[in-house]
Amino acid sequence: MGWQAIRIWTVLVYGFMFLPVAVVVLLSFNANQFGSFPMTGMSLRWFEELWNNDAVMRAFRTSIVLGLMTAVISTTLGILASLALVRYKIPGRNTITTLLIAPILVPEVVLAVALLLFLNWLGLGKSFALLLAGHVIFTLPFVILVVQARLVSIKRDVEEAALSLGASPVQTFFSVTLPLMLPAVAAGALFAFTISFDDITGTLFWKPGGVETVPTQIFSMLRNSISPEINALGTVMIVMTVGLPLLGAAVARKLAMKSGT
Amino acid sequence: MSAVTLQDIVKRFGSFTAVHRTTLEIPEGAFVTLLGPSGCGKTTNLRMIAGLLDPSEGEILIGGKRVNDVPIHKRNLGLVFQNYALFPHKTVAENVAFGLKYRDVPKSEIPAKVQDALELVQLPNVGDRYPKELSGGQQQRIALARAIVIEPDVLLLDEPLSALDANLREDMRVELKRIQERIGVTTVFVTHDQSEALAMSDLIVVMSEGRVEQVGKPEEVYNTPASEFVANFLGASNITEAQCIEHGASVVVEDATFGKVTVPAAKAPNLTGTGKAKLVVRAEKLLLARDAAPEGVISVPATVETVDYQGQAVRYFVRVGEAQLQAINMIDERPFAAGDAVNLHLRPQDCAALPG
Repeated sequence: MGWQAIRIWTVLVYGFMFLPVAVVVLLSFNANQFGSFPMTGMSLRWFEELWNNDAVMRAFRTSIVLGLMTAVISTTLGILASLALVRYKIPGRNTITTLLIAPILVPEVVLAVALLLFLNWLGLGKSFALLLAGHVIFTLPFVILVVQARLVSIKRDVEEAALSLGASPVQTFFSVTLPLMLPAVAAGALFAFTISFDDITGTLFWKPGGVETVPTQIFSMLRNSISPEINALGTVMIVMTVGLPLLGAAVARKLAMKSGT
Repeated sequence: MSAVTLQDIVKRFGSFTAVHRTTLEIPEGAFVTLLGPSGCGKTTNLRMIAGLLDPSEGEILIGGKRVNDVPIHKRNLGLVFQNYALFPHKTVAENVAFGLKYRDVPKSEIPAKVQDALELVQLPNVGDRYPKELSGGQQQRIALARAIVIEPDVLLLDEPLSALDANLREDMRVELKRIQERIGVTTVFVTHDQSEALAMSDLIVVMSEGRVEQVGKPEEVYNTPASEFVANFLGASNITEAQCIEHGASVVVEDATFGKVTVPAAKAPNLTGTGKAKLVVRAEKLLLARDAAPEGVISVPATVETVDYQGQAVRYFVRVGEAQLQAINMIDERPFAAGDAVNLHLRPQDCAALPG
């Protein structure tokens, strides 16, 4: 009886969370201008309109470039920070870890305003570089958490073996350490990309005038009207931010199975 | 010339001294074992030779050259770890070929060299498998192949047999020794297992608490222990308080259990004169018997207290007056039982003496 209630409750909670998303996806295929049920026909016309909407496509390009750059920078920094923190005895290691993880804990609005104020204090204006920096700051913790966990599980012995066989520390990193932590690196990069791609709060504060990412584009489109195009855009966003990590996980599993780790 | 020399080496970790001032010569081509309980500094010494740790003081020479400032990847050493440390993402052949890539070996010669190494460790057909597909013993053979294929100046083995189960360990012991003799590489072997050390070594370095207790051939450290620690660590010994009453051409030691014992001078090298001493009697040199002793053999009456049956041998704990002694005897017919009255036979030449 108690279990039954919990079951029903769970279904309700998930329904409450996911039904609106399902509605958006469903309506994006609606032929009719006005979103109402029952739907009057299936069509891809909103996707087509999206394709022909210059502002949206520009936002898409911006988001993808921003996401990719964020992923590359965050992953590189994250790997370096993890190596330093795990492999070397650094004074104040715990403090540094906490500081690097902190952006997850601080509310994003606070982080956004803080970075903006800092920039003001430096006398610099908003720019794409600032936007990128902001995204790197709050995606870095995810990369570090994932990569660090993996690095801890890679035995020092294996690297020492490579060194003893004549590989320099840099060669050891690229031939042994990096391949072994590749699944975590890929996961971290995916995290960074999807988080950056999804973000709106920080982006609204940091983006220079005239630059829109997909989320800010949707936001501004919503202010004018509720066009069915937004549903289509939402669907594309969902596919990207849900599909990419799933794909990544599958690839990572395959890689891990091959190397037996 | 020695292949490896540790000259006045000291290693400190913060305020803890892991290795006290140590000087050690490892002869060219020899199989040298660093033997001792965990925390005795044997692995620290090995890691300093490898270049994985820097000595706090002193010099390390390999092939006569000072290597303190030479990083590990330029020292040309073969290193084998307790848990194999194979590269899990590379095939066996790629593992073995790894070190060759960083040497002046023409690419075309690498496969042949890899195959030779795999044949040497008797695993010629596993080249395209991944390490996780092999058993522990096989993985350790591959690790060995990977270390020797680069023709290292020194082979360093850090408890390579400890992770294997007992039967396999004995096989690998023989195998390792065979390979080492075949290629003649200077080998430094670290273990806490005295039987491994005794079976494989040309030279044993017994260590305790960061100090070298004794360096010698296996039979030397076994038969003529230089300290109470060595006597206890290698095999089972009875060590009794004694007095040295004559120190000259022959050494005569007297204790409460055996009376006057004439110890060969060669087996009391550290005893400098008369006075307090310790008598060392190996457990397997104490023979339990019913009959009287032949001429020249000491015999004392004793009572069997505990019988520890071990198959081909039996370990007795016997009481002689105040003292409890242990004796390990081969079983001839039926073992003695607890409570039996026996005679303990001891040949004086089997005894050793230490300074008190």
